[in-house]
Amino acid sequence: MKRTPLFATHQKLGGKLIEFGGWEMPVQYTSIMDEHLAVRKAAGIFDISHMGEVYLDGPQAGPFLNQALTNDVRKLLVGQGHYTLMCNERGGVVDDLYAYRLEPEEYLLVVNASRIEGDVAWLGKQWEGFKGRSGAVLRDLSGATGAVAVQGPRVTDFIERCFPGASAGGTAVRCVKELKKNQIARVKFEGKDTWLARTGYTGEDGFEIIAPDELIESIWNQVLAEGRPYGLKPAGLGARDTLRTEVCYPLYGHELDEDTTPIEAGLGMFVALDKGEFTGRSVLAKQKTNGVGKKLVAFKMTDKSAPPRPHYPIWSTGSNPARIGEVVSGTQSPTLGIGIGLSYVPPEFAGSGTRLEIEIRSKHAVAQVVSKPFYRKPD
Amino acid sequence: MAKLPSDLKYAKSHEWVRVSGNVATIGITDHAQHELTDVVFVELPDVGKKIKAGDACAVVESVKTASDIYSPVSGEIIEVNKAVAQDPALVNSEPYTNGWFYKIKLTDPAELNVLMGPDQYQAQIGSA
Repeated sequence: MKRTPLFATHQKLGGKLIEFGGWEMPVQYTSIMDEHLAVRKAAGIFDISHMGEVYLDGPQAGPFLNQALTNDVRKLLVGQGHYTLMCNERGGVVDDLYAYRLEPEEYLLVVNASRIEGDVAWLGKQWEGFKGRSGAVLRDLSGATGAVAVQGPRVTDFIERCFPGASAGGTAVRCVKELKKNQIARVKFEGKDTWLARTGYTGEDGFEIIAPDELIESIWNQVLAEGRPYGLKPAGLGARDTLRTEVCYPLYGHELDEDTTPIEAGLGMFVALDKGEFTGRSVLAKQKTNGVGKKLVAFKMTDKSAPPRPHYPIWSTGSNPARIGEVVSGTQSPTLGIGIGLSYVPPEFAGSGTRLEIEIRSKHAVAQVVSKPFYRKPD
Repeated sequence: MAKLPSDLKYAKSHEWVRVSGNVATIGITDHAQHELTDVVFVELPDVGKKIKAGDACAVVESVKTASDIYSPVSGEIIEVNKAVAQDPALVNSEPYTNGWFYKIKLTDPAELNVLMGPDQYQAQIGSA
């Protein structure tokens, strides 16, 4: 199993380590509930060094990405990023990722840990068929690059002390707190270049810091020291999963796979059908016009029941109940105190208020389709 | 260090047994609740159900996972703890008292002899 530059730090902090996407990662330090609520009410720091970083540079980098990804990179200003997807010819999702435009002709893709090799291979294959490939270079930096996410309403109280001063690239700001959602800036840490983005995977305000492996431990320690007085806690993958489930952010392997399209997953706003040809476009355009055979829905348990878990069967209600799907993500919501989940169902069962039954250890528990997300941060 | 009352018997699968006459009360150990962390749901057997030692007869769920509880002894369920079904956090806060799971009328008291004492159980879980 692979280890991040923070492996020894996690051990020292009492993190419980598990396998995730080929990496040995902390699932929790104290408890998922405790870490989840710290992020909602104060702040949490996550090791996300397992994630992949792919760098593209050159005049043809933008046009190539517009062929390979669903969103329109021409919309990105320098120092800005957006959520996007990489699809196969069938419109199925190869990966979901963030694409940042660092400089006019430089892009950084942040991809899922479990998909790094597949993504690079898939990008490479499309590269072969891309006419402008002499006009850009593609490099996988994943092996030498780490990242840390700092998330929660109190983060702006201390982040500047770790990264003081104006940006040196990307979005021009006098201090990192001036970054707006989805903006990214190059800042110095111990005299070396790091990238700081106003992004995250928790539904809270926060930053993601992308830096060379050798800086990661020092960044983690400094952010933790500055944030502790404000309630900042180390948080593991367990809390990361419950936080993202409450805001209905997809997790590759659960909501997304190569046989599921962004339209079915409700991610149509990240598919720019108007930008011209791109991989998967014809299938996605057809789905947008003609509709889909399955839709991702959010549901909550209405009675006191065990929490729904991935793969539990889902049944329709009424006189002739049928098995209509299975849970793809499910947990007890620490914020709401009830069982919540996500599932693909036929469109006729996707309307808000539709009653479903979740099969939990051969008994049926009642659930109700609700509008997404389960949780929205207060303004 | 996890608490281990000296008057209880312990099973390898982290349940405790308190014996009173021919009735045993079953719960999970302080070590087990600490490993599970926040318990959010407890599923208990039906009263009247007959079970054999080693049967999975209850489920305890944390935020992350569902875990089976195995009965350390055979017998008939005569009472379940409704309070713990209502407030599962009792498993974390009072594992040996108000966090008990069920009471069982013993059909084979000799099974108690193969359970561990506190020192033996402590040795199994280490110093954690």
